[in-house]
Amino acid sequence: MKTKFLLRAAVIAVTAVLSFSAAQAEDKPLRIGLVLPMTGPFEYLGRQVYAGVKLYMEQHGDWVAGRKIELLLRDDTGTAPETTKRYAQDLVTNDNAEVLAGFGLSPLAFAAAPVATQAKVPMVVMSAGASAISEKSPYIIRSGYTLVQYVAPLALWAAKNGVKNVYTLVTDYAPGHDAEAMFSKVFTDNGGTIAGSVRVPLKSPDYGPYAQRIKDANPGAVFAFVPGSEAPALMKQFQTRGLTEAGIKLICVGDVTDEDILDGLGDAAVGTITSLFYTPALAGVQGREKFTPENISFTNAFEKDNPGMRPDHMAVTGYDGMHLIYSVLEKTHGAAGGDAFVAAAKGMSWVSPRGPMSIDPETRDPIQDVYIRKVERIGGHLYNVDFDRIARVDNKGVPVAQAVGK
Amino acid sequence: MLTVLFDGIATGALLFLSSVGLSVTLGVMNFVNLAHGVFAMTGGYVAVVLLNRWGVPFLATLPAAFAASAGLGVVVERLFYRKLYDAGALEQVLFTTGLVFAAMAAAAFLMGSQHQIIQLPAFLAGQFHLFKGFDLGVYRLFLIVFCGCVALALQLVLSRTRFGSRLRAAVDNATVANALGINVGRLFAVTFAVGCGLAGLGAALGVEILNLDPSFPLKFLVYFLIVVAAGGTGTISGPLLASLVLGICDVAGKYYVPDIGAFIIYGVMVAMLIWRPHGLFGRRAVR
Amino acid sequence: MIVEAKSAAPPTEDERRLRAPWRSVEIAFWVLAAAAYLLLPHQLPLLAQAAIGGLFALSVDLLLGIAGVMSLGHAAFFGIGGYVAGLLAQSGWGEPLSGLVAAGLVAGGCGFLSSFLVLRGSDLTRLMVTLGISLLVMEAANRMTWLTGGSDGLQGIDVWPIFGVWEFDLYGRTAYVYALGVLFACFLLVRRVVHSPFGLTLRGIKGNPRRMSALGTPVGRRLVGVYTLAAALAGIAGALLTQTTQFVSLDVFGFDKSSEALLAVVLGGAGTLYGAIVGALMLMELETLLARITPEYWQFWIGIAFMAQALYARGGILGFTVRLWTRLRRGVAAPSRTAP
Repeated sequence: MKTKFLLRAAVIAVTAVLSFSAAQAEDKPLRIGLVLPMTGPFEYLGRQVYAGVKLYMEQHGDWVAGRKIELLLRDDTGTAPETTKRYAQDLVTNDNAEVLAGFGLSPLAFAAAPVATQAKVPMVVMSAGASAISEKSPYIIRSGYTLVQYVAPLALWAAKNGVKNVYTLVTDYAPGHDAEAMFSKVFTDNGGTIAGSVRVPLKSPDYGPYAQRIKDANPGAVFAFVPGSEAPALMKQFQTRGLTEAGIKLICVGDVTDEDILDGLGDAAVGTITSLFYTPALAGVQGREKFTPENISFTNAFEKDNPGMRPDHMAVTGYDGMHLIYSVLEKTHGAAGGDAFVAAAKGMSWVSPRGPMSIDPETRDPIQDVYIRKVERIGGHLYNVDFDRIARVDNKGVPVAQAVGK
Repeated sequence: MLTVLFDGIATGALLFLSSVGLSVTLGVMNFVNLAHGVFAMTGGYVAVVLLNRWGVPFLATLPAAFAASAGLGVVVERLFYRKLYDAGALEQVLFTTGLVFAAMAAAAFLMGSQHQIIQLPAFLAGQFHLFKGFDLGVYRLFLIVFCGCVALALQLVLSRTRFGSRLRAAVDNATVANALGINVGRLFAVTFAVGCGLAGLGAALGVEILNLDPSFPLKFLVYFLIVVAAGGTGTISGPLLASLVLGICDVAGKYYVPDIGAFIIYGVMVAMLIWRPHGLFGRRAVR
Repeated sequence: MIVEAKSAAPPTEDERRLRAPWRSVEIAFWVLAAAAYLLLPHQLPLLAQAAIGGLFALSVDLLLGIAGVMSLGHAAFFGIGGYVAGLLAQSGWGEPLSGLVAAGLVAGGCGFLSSFLVLRGSDLTRLMVTLGISLLVMEAANRMTWLTGGSDGLQGIDVWPIFGVWEFDLYGRTAYVYALGVLFACFLLVRRVVHSPFGLTLRGIKGNPRRMSALGTPVGRRLVGVYTLAAALAGIAGALLTQTTQFVSLDVFGFDKSSEALLAVVLGGAGTLYGAIVGALMLMELETLLARITPEYWQFWIGIAFMAQALYARGGILGFTVRLWTRLRRGVAAPSRTAP
């Protein structure tokens, strides 16, 4: 009797599952599996990317080359690579997703890369920034950036603008190590010296001791890279310890003065020099007319859709990722097979809200402009204000013209 | 050197305030309350909302934070926790973990996932510069004094008042205390509420130094547990000393040996527990 | 005493006698698990990870449910196993079965060594020491980025086909069969151990260590033994995860992993072995289902589900089902025997 019951339960379960999957495979819309951290410690990142993706679809409709675009969002919580991989697998094998996109952090992208290779599905990496990601599968295209792409120009800028002696502070995880290594290398190659370096744990509740240590070492400047979510705590301690009064300049990777949190950082952040590949054209920034019309309209639309949020560089990677997918589909007349997709995407160039950008046919990473910005207080709010631009930088952080010339 | 010591004491003071309540629930009432951080977080958010949205002065938000957390503590204790007192530890783990998850998601929904940022009033900001190499953060000084007063008050309540002597009796032997006509259930409920309130106060004070975001309950759970485990249960001085030791070790470790700074607090804890398995001043160790 | 899991009270004599021989429900469970390969072809990657989670939870149940040792740091061994398998495969030895054995041995060895630190003091102390050790191990792994790849994870793990024949495929077919096979083998071992005299003394120690000590049982040595075994099993589970996903990163050491396994055990019903496996499966299904319905706020609902279960369905899913079952068989009015 027991076995009978179990058998019946099993049969019911199986029928339910089969009918569910049958219902899924009727039409042939183009499904994009978007895997992002929508909860957990990195949700701010997932939300920005997702908002960018949605904005693009809202502006450009959900029909491309005769195919309806369907977005399947999966939350991988940002901390479990095996979940990311499983979702990627699941999206490809069960949901018939023809394009994978998203991928908030590097380990997650690394874990999912074999799925793209095995299934020959294009994988548009939007916001993971480790350099090696695109090498892990021939089907990876990056619409975002590599971290070193904007760290190297910052180091160069510092060395050429009178900064002699820098103390580095990075979060003790792989992107932090990359940033530290790249900054130190470029900076010392160009005549600077590193006064010292410190790595802070990812879950550091208190930056006080580190700030004190740096202050006591009295370097000319600090180079800092922490995830955006940690920035307020870091800035607070720099301010409390009076680093600015001690004449120590603050040079940061753009993530630290992320637009979404910038206004809350307080006066501690004013004067911070950062580099990034995108600065939104917010209404409060003076000289707004200097921004490109693409940027202005993107910023306006984003703010309208997401009240209370400023678009940051993550939003624009989502937006550009969708642009890349749409453009490729138009070029291939709706075919999204891995090889055709990648072939069409290589060398593609367009004008993004961030400026002109293209996909390097060699590396499948973007070539884009990097901006050097300074945090300013304008009309009661804080803004990143561009004051320098390094044009067409490749994934190693070297301007393309220069790289060709070598 | 002195600055490091001073900062360590300030961090320890915060840790003490946030976790002393847990040493009561976990240590005395034998309730595995992994959701202690939820009550703390509530106080922190209440303070932030009052300060940033309604413009209430900073010092006035502190009692509000205490009240909100204590109130939530009372409600949750009456509605749920008391049903679980006689259940196994595993049910308690499951329930309180569930509470942590639900509270984190609710906080993200209501308050957004970003860090909460407050501007301190001018008289608490900045640093005293005493002499070369010794800078005192005004806010940290405030923290130390404040937490010192709270610890003193708790000690006085515990040792000098009728409530305190009843509580001590209940802690020593709940059955006998009950038989003597002490309403142990209510006593514990009040203690629990105060503990939650203190946690809320700690979080409200900590917004400036620690980070307040929806993951707060999970992020600081480990720290709270460390204090309780190392400090032993049933006293005020145990958790206080444990908090100070951990705070100083944490700060000093980060300052002097930043390469292994993150190890230190855990290393100290493991060493401390291997040396004194029942905490520095554990009652069980005394017996 | 913190760990006084009433839900998993020492089984009565007749229950024990009933458990030792294979019951039809147990056979049905494994048959169903094997049949899932054919019945749920779309769910195999999920089921493979559930089987791995089940094995990890099983090792936690052995510690917690059988021997009454509460650990919040069991992920240390899961991670060590994962990295042993990953490093082997990375350095050119991708044979999966020997990788598993190596991972089990190394993790077991680490478990043996650390058991002397862990098995002292009260339950709270154990909880914190295990947690502390696992955090230290994680930090150490982060420090050794040259070896572990740091938070970006280990790159270039090339796992060979099983027995040189079955390659790991995109649909998770091989992964599922492999994971289920290993789970079953380990389960047989654990089941054997639990019903051996060794296992019975463990249950006795859980009930009352002092009495067992007075009876002449070497309590310390028994606990060292079970801790070592549980560590080895966790290591095998970690190795399985590495081999089936061909990836391993620092997350395997995380507090999340430890607490997830603990939750699976509690959710399923501690001390029942099957509860751990069912709990891991339920947890994963629940997460996936809720994350699909509401990708942004699924944690809220999972939290509510935990709370509801703790309040209304004590003893885990398995305990609850057994209670329901007995109640149904006896008629609704009869009181249930296993109720707490």
